[in-house]
Amino acid sequence: MLRNKDLLDLESLTAAEIKLILDTAEAFLAVMRRPVPKVPILRDKTIVNLFFESSTRTRISFELAEKRLSADIVNFSAATSSLSKGETLKDTVDNILAMRADMVVMRHSASGAARYLADRIPAGVVNAGDGMHEHPTQGLLDMLTMRQRMGTLQGKRVVIVGDIMHSRVARSNIWGLTKMGAKVTVCGPPPMIPVQMEEMGCTVDYDLRHAIEGADAINVLRIQLERQTVQTFPGNREYARLYRLDDEMLAATKPSCFVLHPGPMNRDVEITSEVADGRRQVILDQVTNGVAVRMAVIYLLSGGAPENLGENLN
Amino acid sequence: MNFHEKAQIMDPQRMRRAIVRIALEIVEKNKGIDDLVLVGIQRRGVNLARSIAQAIEKNEGAAPPMGTLDITFYRDDLSTLGPVPKVGKTDIGFDINGKTVILVDDVLYTGRTVRAALDELMDFGRARRIELAVLIDRGHRELPIRPDFVGKNVPTSRKEVIKVMVEEIDGREGVVVGEIVEE
Repeated sequence: MLRNKDLLDLESLTAAEIKLILDTAEAFLAVMRRPVPKVPILRDKTIVNLFFESSTRTRISFELAEKRLSADIVNFSAATSSLSKGETLKDTVDNILAMRADMVVMRHSASGAARYLADRIPAGVVNAGDGMHEHPTQGLLDMLTMRQRMGTLQGKRVVIVGDIMHSRVARSNIWGLTKMGAKVTVCGPPPMIPVQMEEMGCTVDYDLRHAIEGADAINVLRIQLERQTVQTFPGNREYARLYRLDDEMLAATKPSCFVLHPGPMNRDVEITSEVADGRRQVILDQVTNGVAVRMAVIYLLSGGAPENLGENLN
Repeated sequence: MNFHEKAQIMDPQRMRRAIVRIALEIVEKNKGIDDLVLVGIQRRGVNLARSIAQAIEKNEGAAPPMGTLDITFYRDDLSTLGPVPKVGKTDIGFDINGKTVILVDDVLYTGRTVRAALDELMDFGRARRIELAVLIDRGHRELPIRPDFVGKNVPTSRKEVIKVMVEEIDGREGVVVGEIVEE
Protein backbone atom coordinates (compact mmCIF):
# COMPACT_ATOMS: atom_id res chain seq x y z
CA MET A 1 0.00 0.00 0.00
CA LEU A 2 1.00 3.62 -0.43
CA ARG A 3 1.37 5.58 2.80
CA ASN A 4 0.26 8.97 1.54
CA LYS A 5 -2.79 10.43 -0.16
CA ASP A 6 -0.52 12.10 -2.72
CA LEU A 7 2.23 11.26 -5.18
CA LEU A 8 4.45 14.33 -5.12
CA ASP A 9 7.91 12.89 -5.72
CA LEU A 10 9.90 9.68 -5.78
CA GLU A 11 12.29 10.98 -3.15
CA SER A 12 9.84 10.16 -0.35
CA LEU A 13 8.68 6.77 -1.66
CA THR A 14 10.13 3.50 -0.39
CA ALA A 15 11.48 0.79 -2.69
CA ALA A 16 8.46 -1.35 -1.69
CA GLU A 17 6.04 1.39 -2.74
CA ILE A 18 7.78 1.82 -6.08
CA LYS A 19 7.69 -1.92 -6.66
CA LEU A 20 3.96 -1.99 -5.83
CA ILE A 21 3.28 0.77 -8.38
CA LEU A 22 5.32 -0.98 -11.10
CA ASP A 23 3.67 -4.37 -10.40
CA THR A 24 0.20 -2.79 -10.46
CA ALA A 25 1.10 -1.04 -13.73
CA GLU A 26 1.84 -4.45 -15.27
CA ALA A 27 -1.70 -5.54 -14.36
CA PHE A 28 -3.06 -2.44 -16.10
CA LEU A 29 -0.94 -3.10 -19.19
CA ALA A 30 -2.78 -6.43 -19.41
CA VAL A 31 -6.10 -4.58 -19.06
CA MET A 32 -5.10 -2.31 -21.96
CA ARG A 33 -4.71 -5.37 -24.19
CA ARG A 34 -8.23 -6.68 -23.46
CA PRO A 35 -11.14 -6.45 -25.92
CA VAL A 36 -12.64 -3.83 -23.58
CA PRO A 37 -9.51 -1.98 -22.44
CA LYS A 38 -11.04 -0.31 -19.39
CA VAL A 39 -12.22 -1.27 -15.91
CA PRO A 40 -15.06 0.23 -13.81
CA ILE A 41 -13.17 0.56 -10.53
CA LEU A 42 -13.16 4.40 -10.28
CA ARG A 43 -16.59 5.10 -11.74
CA ASP A 44 -17.53 6.95 -8.54
CA LYS A 45 -14.48 9.25 -8.66
CA THR A 46 -13.95 12.64 -10.27
CA ILE A 47 -10.46 13.76 -11.18
CA VAL A 48 -9.38 17.29 -12.07
CA ASN A 49 -6.46 17.79 -14.43
CA LEU A 50 -4.89 21.15 -13.69
CA PHE A 51 -2.23 22.08 -16.20
CA PHE A 52 -0.67 25.46 -15.49
CA GLU A 53 2.16 24.71 -17.90
CA SER A 54 1.78 23.50 -21.45
CA SER A 55 1.88 19.78 -21.94
CA THR A 56 0.60 17.47 -24.60
CA ARG A 57 1.70 13.95 -23.95
CA THR A 58 1.59 13.97 -20.16
CA ARG A 59 -1.87 15.53 -20.15
CA ILE A 60 -3.20 13.09 -22.75
CA SER A 61 -1.59 10.18 -20.94
CA PHE A 62 -3.22 11.14 -17.63
CA GLU A 63 -6.56 11.71 -19.35
CA LEU A 64 -6.46 8.33 -21.01
CA ALA A 65 -5.42 6.63 -17.77
CA GLU A 66 -8.34 8.25 -15.94
CA LYS A 67 -10.80 7.23 -18.67
CA ARG A 68 -9.48 3.65 -18.63
CA LEU A 69 -10.34 3.60 -14.90
CA SER A 70 -13.85 4.94 -15.62
CA ALA A 71 -13.32 8.13 -13.59
CA ASP A 72 -15.07 11.34 -14.56
CA ILE A 73 -12.59 14.02 -15.55
CA VAL A 74 -12.44 17.77 -15.72
CA ASN A 75 -9.67 19.50 -17.65
CA PHE A 76 -8.37 22.88 -16.75
CA SER A 77 -5.51 24.68 -18.41
CA ALA A 78 -3.90 27.95 -17.50
CA ALA A 79 -4.71 29.79 -20.69
CA THR A 80 -8.46 29.44 -20.22
CA SER A 81 -8.55 29.73 -16.44
CA SER A 82 -9.47 32.40 -13.97
CA LEU A 83 -5.80 32.49 -12.95
CA SER A 84 -5.45 34.96 -15.76
CA LYS A 85 -7.98 37.03 -13.81
CA GLY A 86 -5.72 37.10 -10.77
CA GLU A 87 -7.14 34.26 -8.67
CA THR A 88 -4.67 32.40 -6.44
CA LEU A 89 -3.87 28.72 -6.88
CA LYS A 90 -5.50 27.83 -3.55
CA ASP A 91 -8.72 29.67 -4.42
CA THR A 92 -8.86 28.03 -7.83
CA VAL A 93 -8.48 24.58 -6.33
CA ASP A 94 -10.92 25.24 -3.47
CA ASN A 95 -13.53 26.17 -6.05
CA ILE A 96 -12.95 23.00 -7.99
CA LEU A 97 -13.04 20.85 -4.87
CA ALA A 98 -16.31 22.50 -3.82
CA MET A 99 -17.71 20.75 -6.90
CA ARG A 100 -16.76 17.52 -5.13
CA ALA A 101 -13.70 16.30 -6.99
CA ASP A 102 -11.72 13.46 -5.44
CA MET A 103 -8.25 13.92 -6.88
CA VAL A 104 -6.15 16.59 -8.54
CA VAL A 105 -3.46 15.98 -11.15
CA MET A 106 -1.36 19.10 -11.42
CA ARG A 107 1.47 20.43 -13.54
CA HIS A 108 2.94 23.74 -12.51
CA SER A 109 6.04 25.75 -13.38
CA ALA A 110 6.93 26.38 -9.73
CA SER A 111 9.00 23.78 -7.90
CA GLY A 112 7.08 22.71 -4.82
CA ALA A 113 3.66 23.70 -6.17
CA ALA A 114 2.35 20.15 -5.80
CA ARG A 115 3.45 19.99 -2.15
CA TYR A 116 1.93 23.41 -1.46
CA LEU A 117 -1.40 22.20 -2.78
CA ALA A 118 -1.26 18.74 -1.16
CA ASP A 119 -0.72 20.29 2.27
CA ARG A 120 -3.82 22.46 1.90
CA ILE A 121 -6.52 20.22 0.45
CA PRO A 122 -8.02 16.91 1.59
CA ALA A 123 -8.09 15.51 -1.96
CA GLY A 124 -5.19 13.45 -3.27
CA VAL A 125 -2.66 15.28 -5.44
CA VAL A 126 -0.63 13.68 -8.22
CA ASN A 127 2.33 15.75 -9.34
CA ALA A 128 2.48 15.83 -13.14
CA GLY A 129 5.68 17.90 -13.03
CA ASP A 130 6.52 20.87 -10.81
CA GLY A 131 9.17 23.26 -12.04
CA MET A 132 12.66 21.82 -11.73
CA HIS A 133 11.68 19.58 -8.83
CA GLU A 134 10.21 16.22 -9.89
CA HIS A 135 8.05 14.46 -12.46
CA PRO A 136 7.35 11.25 -10.55
CA THR A 137 5.12 9.45 -13.06
CA GLN A 138 7.75 9.99 -15.77
CA GLY A 139 10.38 8.48 -13.46
CA LEU A 140 8.07 5.52 -12.80
CA LEU A 141 7.31 4.88 -16.46
CA ASP A 142 11.02 5.06 -17.29
CA MET A 143 11.71 2.51 -14.55
CA LEU A 144 8.89 0.24 -15.73
CA THR A 145 10.29 0.34 -19.27
CA MET A 146 13.79 -0.45 -18.02
CA ARG A 147 12.55 -3.24 -15.77
CA GLN A 148 10.70 -4.84 -18.68
CA ARG A 149 13.89 -4.89 -20.75
CA MET A 150 16.34 -5.84 -18.03
CA GLY A 151 14.19 -8.01 -15.74
CA THR A 152 15.38 -6.06 -12.71
CA LEU A 153 16.79 -2.65 -11.84
CA GLN A 154 19.04 -4.00 -9.10
CA GLY A 155 22.71 -3.53 -9.98
CA LYS A 156 22.00 -2.15 -13.48
CA ARG A 157 23.94 0.83 -14.81
CA VAL A 158 21.81 3.69 -16.12
CA VAL A 159 23.22 6.84 -17.72
CA ILE A 160 21.12 10.00 -17.78
CA VAL A 161 22.32 12.50 -20.38
CA GLY A 162 21.41 16.13 -20.71
CA ASP A 163 20.56 19.22 -18.71
CA ILE A 164 20.43 17.60 -15.29
CA MET A 165 20.25 21.00 -13.58
CA HIS A 166 16.87 21.98 -14.98
CA SER A 167 15.40 18.50 -15.37
CA ARG A 168 12.63 17.22 -13.11
CA VAL A 169 12.69 14.02 -15.17
CA ALA A 170 16.35 13.51 -14.21
CA ARG A 171 15.63 14.09 -10.53
CA SER A 172 12.75 11.61 -10.43
CA ASN A 173 14.85 9.06 -12.33
CA ILE A 174 17.77 9.44 -9.95
CA TRP A 175 15.67 9.09 -6.80
CA GLY A 176 13.68 6.15 -8.12
CA LEU A 177 16.50 4.23 -9.77
CA THR A 178 18.88 4.50 -6.83
CA LYS A 179 16.16 3.34 -4.42
CA MET A 180 15.65 0.29 -6.64
CA GLY A 181 19.35 -0.52 -6.51
CA ALA A 182 20.45 0.75 -9.93
CA LYS A 183 23.76 2.57 -10.39
CA VAL A 184 23.12 5.96 -11.95
CA THR A 185 25.59 8.14 -13.84
CA VAL A 186 24.61 11.64 -14.90
CA CYS A 187 26.30 13.17 -17.92
CA GLY A 188 26.19 16.61 -19.53
CA PRO A 189 28.10 19.86 -19.90
CA PRO A 190 29.54 20.97 -16.53
CA PRO A 191 27.24 24.02 -16.21
CA MET A 192 24.24 21.71 -16.56
CA ILE A 193 25.30 19.38 -13.76
CA PRO A 194 24.37 20.66 -10.30
CA VAL A 195 26.79 20.27 -7.41
CA GLN A 196 26.20 17.63 -4.77
CA MET A 197 25.04 15.02 -7.31
CA GLU A 198 27.03 12.44 -5.34
CA GLU A 199 24.79 13.09 -2.35
CA MET A 200 21.85 11.84 -4.41
CA GLY A 201 23.74 8.59 -4.83
CA CYS A 202 24.96 8.91 -8.41
CA THR A 203 28.24 9.50 -10.21
CA VAL A 204 29.07 12.33 -12.60
CA ASP A 205 30.80 12.01 -15.95
CA TYR A 206 31.28 14.90 -18.39
CA ASP A 207 32.33 12.63 -21.26
CA LEU A 208 29.41 10.86 -22.93
CA ARG A 209 31.50 8.22 -24.74
CA HIS A 210 33.13 7.26 -21.49
CA ALA A 211 29.92 7.40 -19.45
CA ILE A 212 27.99 4.95 -21.64
CA GLU A 213 30.74 2.32 -21.65
CA GLY A 214 29.20 -0.77 -20.05
CA ALA A 215 25.82 0.95 -19.51
CA ASP A 216 22.62 -1.11 -19.51
CA ALA A 217 20.35 1.82 -20.41
CA ILE A 218 20.74 5.42 -21.57
CA ASN A 219 18.04 7.95 -20.76
CA VAL A 220 18.47 10.93 -23.11
CA LEU A 221 16.79 14.07 -21.80
CA ARG A 222 15.22 16.74 -23.92
CA ILE A 223 17.18 19.96 -24.16
CA GLN A 224 14.54 22.36 -22.92
CA LEU A 225 15.30 25.48 -24.86
CA GLU A 226 12.60 27.31 -22.92
CA ARG A 227 14.56 26.81 -19.70
CA GLN A 228 17.98 27.80 -20.99
CA THR A 229 19.87 30.89 -20.01
CA VAL A 230 22.95 32.16 -21.82
CA GLN A 231 25.20 31.11 -18.95
CA THR A 232 24.42 27.41 -18.95
CA PHE A 233 23.79 26.59 -22.57
CA PRO A 234 26.55 26.67 -25.16
CA GLY A 235 24.11 26.52 -28.09
CA ASN A 236 22.54 23.66 -30.01
CA ARG A 237 25.49 23.03 -32.30
CA GLU A 238 28.06 22.97 -29.54
CA TYR A 239 25.85 20.76 -27.39
CA ALA A 240 25.24 18.34 -30.26
CA ARG A 241 28.95 18.05 -31.00
CA LEU A 242 29.65 16.63 -27.54
CA TYR A 243 26.40 15.18 -26.20
CA ARG A 244 24.26 14.10 -29.14
CA LEU A 245 23.78 10.32 -28.98
CA ASP A 246 24.44 8.78 -32.39
CA ASP A 247 24.74 5.28 -33.87
CA GLU A 248 28.51 5.31 -33.73
CA MET A 249 28.55 5.94 -29.97
CA LEU A 250 25.81 3.40 -29.41
CA ALA A 251 27.78 0.78 -31.38
CA ALA A 252 30.51 0.95 -28.74
CA THR A 253 28.11 0.05 -25.89
CA LYS A 254 26.86 -3.36 -24.76
CA PRO A 255 24.68 -4.97 -27.47
CA SER A 256 21.79 -5.09 -24.98
CA CYS A 257 22.04 -1.40 -24.08
CA PHE A 258 18.93 0.56 -25.07
CA VAL A 259 17.83 4.19 -25.28
CA LEU A 260 14.98 6.05 -23.61
CA HIS A 261 13.75 9.58 -24.29
CA PRO A 262 10.87 11.27 -22.43
CA GLY A 263 9.87 13.30 -25.50
CA PRO A 264 9.25 15.52 -27.26
CA MET A 265 12.57 15.03 -29.06
CA ASN A 266 14.78 17.70 -30.53
CA ARG A 267 16.08 15.56 -33.35
CA ASP A 268 19.76 16.13 -34.07
CA VAL A 269 20.26 18.15 -30.91
CA GLU A 270 20.34 15.50 -28.14
CA ILE A 271 19.65 12.45 -30.30
CA THR A 272 20.14 11.62 -33.97
CA SER A 273 17.22 10.43 -36.07
CA GLU A 274 19.01 7.12 -36.66
CA VAL A 275 19.00 6.44 -32.93
CA ALA A 276 15.52 7.89 -32.38
CA ASP A 277 14.07 5.60 -35.05
CA GLY A 278 16.50 2.74 -34.56
CA ARG A 279 16.01 -0.70 -33.12
CA ARG A 280 17.63 0.11 -29.78
CA GLN A 281 15.16 2.74 -28.63
CA VAL A 282 12.09 2.03 -26.51
CA ILE A 283 10.47 5.44 -26.85
CA LEU A 284 6.99 4.25 -27.80
CA ASP A 285 7.07 1.56 -25.10
CA GLN A 286 7.60 4.44 -22.69
CA VAL A 287 4.43 6.12 -23.97
CA THR A 288 2.35 2.95 -23.55
CA ASN A 289 3.84 2.29 -20.12
CA GLY A 290 3.06 5.88 -19.16
CA VAL A 291 -0.69 5.25 -19.35
CA ALA A 292 -0.37 2.04 -17.29
CA VAL A 293 1.81 3.67 -14.62
CA ARG A 294 -0.61 6.58 -14.27
CA MET A 295 -3.54 4.14 -13.97
CA ALA A 296 -1.61 2.35 -11.22
CA VAL A 297 -0.82 5.54 -9.30
CA ILE A 298 -4.37 6.89 -9.47
CA TYR A 299 -5.84 3.51 -8.52
CA LEU A 300 -3.47 2.98 -5.61
CA LEU A 301 -4.21 6.48 -4.25
CA SER A 302 -7.98 5.90 -4.43
CA GLY A 303 -8.41 3.44 -1.56
CA GLY A 304 -10.37 4.21 1.58
CA ALA A 305 -9.10 4.68 5.11
CA PRO A 306 -6.47 2.24 6.42
CA GLU A 307 -8.61 1.16 9.39
CA ASN A 308 -10.86 -0.88 7.10
CA LEU A 309 -7.99 -3.12 6.03
CA GLY A 310 -8.69 -6.81 6.33
CA GLU A 311 -12.35 -6.71 5.45
CA ASN A 312 -13.13 -9.80 3.48
CA LEU A 313 -15.71 -10.50 0.85
CA ASN A 314 -16.51 -13.99 -0.36
CA MET B 1 -6.59 -10.40 14.48
CA ASN B 2 -6.28 -14.17 14.66
CA PHE B 3 -8.13 -17.05 13.08
CA HIS B 4 -9.53 -19.39 15.70
CA GLU B 5 -10.40 -22.76 14.14
CA LYS B 6 -13.64 -24.31 15.42
CA ALA B 7 -14.31 -27.37 13.28
CA GLN B 8 -13.20 -29.21 10.18
CA ILE B 9 -15.75 -29.30 7.40
CA MET B 10 -13.78 -31.33 4.88
CA ASP B 11 -10.65 -33.40 5.26
CA PRO B 12 -8.34 -33.73 2.23
CA GLN B 13 -10.06 -36.88 1.04
CA ARG B 14 -13.59 -35.45 1.20
CA MET B 15 -12.39 -32.28 -0.50
CA ARG B 16 -10.91 -34.30 -3.36
CA ARG B 17 -14.10 -36.36 -3.69
CA ALA B 18 -16.19 -33.18 -3.87
CA ILE B 19 -13.94 -31.82 -6.63
CA VAL B 20 -14.21 -35.05 -8.63
CA ARG B 21 -18.01 -35.02 -8.26
CA ILE B 22 -18.21 -31.38 -9.41
CA ALA B 23 -16.05 -32.31 -12.41
CA LEU B 24 -18.39 -35.19 -13.31
CA GLU B 25 -21.48 -33.00 -12.93
CA ILE B 26 -20.01 -30.31 -15.14
CA VAL B 27 -19.32 -32.81 -17.92
CA GLU B 28 -22.69 -34.48 -17.49
CA LYS B 29 -24.71 -31.28 -17.54
CA ASN B 30 -22.83 -29.94 -20.56
CA LYS B 31 -22.84 -33.30 -22.38
CA GLY B 32 -19.09 -33.41 -22.81
CA ILE B 33 -16.34 -30.82 -22.87
CA ASP B 34 -16.80 -29.30 -26.33
CA ASP B 35 -16.83 -25.51 -26.09
CA LEU B 36 -16.26 -25.73 -22.33
CA VAL B 37 -13.72 -23.46 -20.58
CA LEU B 38 -12.84 -23.11 -16.90
CA VAL B 39 -12.09 -19.77 -15.26
CA GLY B 40 -10.83 -19.71 -11.65
CA ILE B 41 -11.29 -16.60 -9.49
CA GLN B 42 -8.08 -15.49 -7.72
CA ARG B 43 -6.72 -16.79 -5.52
CA ARG B 44 -8.04 -20.19 -4.39
CA GLY B 45 -10.60 -20.52 -7.15
CA VAL B 46 -7.63 -20.83 -9.50
CA ASN B 47 -6.29 -23.88 -7.66
CA LEU B 48 -9.75 -25.45 -7.53
CA ALA B 49 -10.31 -24.85 -11.25
CA ARG B 50 -7.00 -26.57 -11.93
CA SER B 51 -8.05 -29.57 -9.81
CA ILE B 52 -11.39 -29.73 -11.60
CA ALA B 53 -9.61 -29.60 -14.98
CA GLN B 54 -7.36 -32.48 -13.93
CA ALA B 55 -10.37 -34.52 -12.76
CA ILE B 56 -12.12 -33.90 -16.09
CA GLU B 57 -8.99 -34.93 -17.99
CA LYS B 58 -8.84 -38.21 -16.05
CA ASN B 59 -12.34 -39.14 -17.18
CA GLU B 60 -12.58 -37.55 -20.61
CA GLY B 61 -8.99 -37.88 -21.82
CA ALA B 62 -8.70 -34.12 -22.37
CA ALA B 63 -8.97 -31.05 -20.17
CA PRO B 64 -10.87 -27.89 -21.10
CA PRO B 65 -8.82 -24.68 -21.45
CA MET B 66 -8.31 -22.86 -18.15
CA GLY B 67 -8.00 -19.18 -17.33
CA THR B 68 -7.69 -17.03 -14.23
CA LEU B 69 -9.64 -13.95 -13.21
CA ASP B 70 -8.71 -11.28 -10.66
CA ILE B 71 -11.82 -9.23 -9.85
CA THR B 72 -10.06 -6.40 -8.00
CA PHE B 73 -10.76 -3.76 -10.68
CA TYR B 74 -14.47 -4.68 -10.67
CA ARG B 75 -15.09 -4.53 -6.92
CA ASP B 76 -17.94 -2.39 -5.57
CA ASP B 77 -16.31 -1.55 -2.25
CA LEU B 78 -13.10 0.30 -3.10
CA SER B 79 -14.01 3.40 -1.10
CA THR B 80 -14.87 1.46 2.05
CA LEU B 81 -12.16 -1.13 1.73
CA GLY B 82 -9.11 0.63 3.10
CA PRO B 83 -5.87 0.46 1.17
CA VAL B 84 -6.55 -1.06 -2.21
CA PRO B 85 -5.83 -4.78 -2.45
CA LYS B 86 -2.89 -6.25 -4.30
CA VAL B 87 -3.84 -7.25 -7.79
CA GLY B 88 -3.51 -10.87 -8.93
CA LYS B 89 -3.18 -12.15 -12.45
CA THR B 90 -6.02 -12.21 -14.94
CA ASP B 91 -5.07 -14.53 -17.76
CA ILE B 92 -7.71 -15.64 -20.22
CA GLY B 93 -5.70 -16.85 -23.19
CA PHE B 94 -8.66 -17.95 -25.29
CA ASP B 95 -11.72 -16.49 -26.93
CA ILE B 96 -14.80 -16.89 -24.71
CA ASN B 97 -17.26 -15.92 -27.44
CA GLY B 98 -19.80 -18.72 -27.86
CA LYS B 99 -18.21 -20.81 -25.10
CA THR B 100 -19.70 -22.22 -21.92
CA VAL B 101 -17.65 -20.71 -19.12
CA ILE B 102 -17.47 -22.51 -15.78
CA LEU B 103 -16.61 -19.90 -13.17
CA VAL B 104 -14.87 -21.49 -10.18
CA ASP B 105 -14.46 -20.07 -6.66
CA ASP B 106 -13.76 -21.56 -3.26
CA VAL B 107 -16.54 -20.02 -1.15
CA LEU B 108 -19.84 -18.47 -2.19
CA TYR B 109 -21.03 -15.95 0.41
CA THR B 110 -22.58 -12.55 -0.39
CA GLY B 111 -22.34 -13.12 -4.15
CA ARG B 112 -20.51 -9.84 -4.68
CA THR B 113 -17.33 -11.47 -5.92
CA VAL B 114 -19.34 -13.44 -8.48
CA ARG B 115 -21.13 -10.26 -9.59
CA ALA B 116 -17.74 -8.63 -10.18
CA ALA B 117 -16.45 -11.72 -11.99
CA LEU B 118 -19.51 -11.79 -14.27
CA ASP B 119 -19.02 -8.13 -15.18
CA GLU B 120 -15.34 -8.73 -15.90
CA LEU B 121 -16.07 -11.81 -18.02
CA MET B 122 -18.55 -9.80 -20.11
CA ASP B 123 -15.69 -7.48 -21.03
CA PHE B 124 -13.81 -10.42 -22.53
CA GLY B 125 -16.61 -11.33 -24.90
CA ARG B 126 -20.05 -12.86 -25.13
CA ALA B 127 -20.03 -16.33 -23.63
CA ARG B 128 -22.89 -18.61 -24.68
CA ARG B 129 -23.49 -19.43 -21.05
CA ILE B 130 -21.77 -18.89 -17.71
CA GLU B 131 -22.13 -21.45 -14.91
CA LEU B 132 -20.85 -21.23 -11.36
CA ALA B 133 -19.00 -23.94 -9.43
CA VAL B 134 -18.05 -23.46 -5.77
CA LEU B 135 -16.57 -25.80 -3.20
CA ILE B 136 -18.55 -24.28 -0.29
CA ASP B 137 -21.84 -22.39 -0.30
CA ARG B 138 -22.16 -20.72 3.08
CA GLY B 139 -25.33 -18.72 2.47
CA HIS B 140 -26.00 -15.03 3.34
CA ARG B 141 -26.44 -13.94 -0.26
CA GLU B 142 -26.84 -10.20 -0.88
CA LEU B 143 -27.46 -10.56 -4.61
CA PRO B 144 -29.66 -12.87 -6.69
CA ILE B 145 -26.85 -15.29 -7.53
CA ARG B 146 -26.95 -19.09 -7.18
CA PRO B 147 -24.35 -21.77 -7.91
CA ASP B 148 -24.78 -24.51 -10.51
CA PHE B 149 -22.30 -26.89 -8.89
CA VAL B 150 -21.68 -27.07 -5.12
CA GLY B 151 -19.21 -29.19 -3.15
CA LYS B 152 -21.03 -28.71 0.14
CA ASN B 153 -23.65 -26.41 1.63
CA VAL B 154 -22.52 -25.12 5.03
CA PRO B 155 -24.91 -23.06 7.17
CA THR B 156 -22.87 -20.38 8.92
CA SER B 157 -23.31 -17.28 11.01
CA ARG B 158 -21.94 -14.01 9.65
CA LYS B 159 -19.34 -13.95 12.41
CA GLU B 160 -17.81 -17.17 11.14
CA VAL B 161 -15.11 -17.51 8.53
CA ILE B 162 -14.74 -20.41 6.14
CA LYS B 163 -11.19 -21.27 5.16
CA VAL B 164 -10.55 -23.42 2.12
CA MET B 165 -6.97 -24.62 2.05
CA VAL B 166 -5.14 -25.74 -1.06
CA GLU B 167 -1.74 -27.38 -1.32
CA GLU B 168 -0.04 -24.65 -3.42
CA ILE B 169 -0.93 -21.75 -1.09
CA ASP B 170 -1.56 -23.28 2.34
CA GLY B 171 0.63 -26.38 2.22
CA ARG B 172 -2.35 -28.62 2.99
CA GLU B 173 -5.85 -29.36 1.79
CA GLY B 174 -9.17 -29.20 3.58
CA VAL B 175 -11.93 -26.85 4.71
CA VAL B 176 -12.35 -25.48 8.22
CA VAL B 177 -14.76 -23.08 9.92
CA GLY B 178 -13.63 -20.66 12.58
CA GLU B 179 -13.87 -17.14 13.88
CA ILE B 180 -11.65 -14.09 13.76
CA VAL B 181 -10.79 -13.16 17.34
CA GLU B 182 -9.40 -9.77 18.27
CA GLU B 183 -6.24 -10.08 20.33
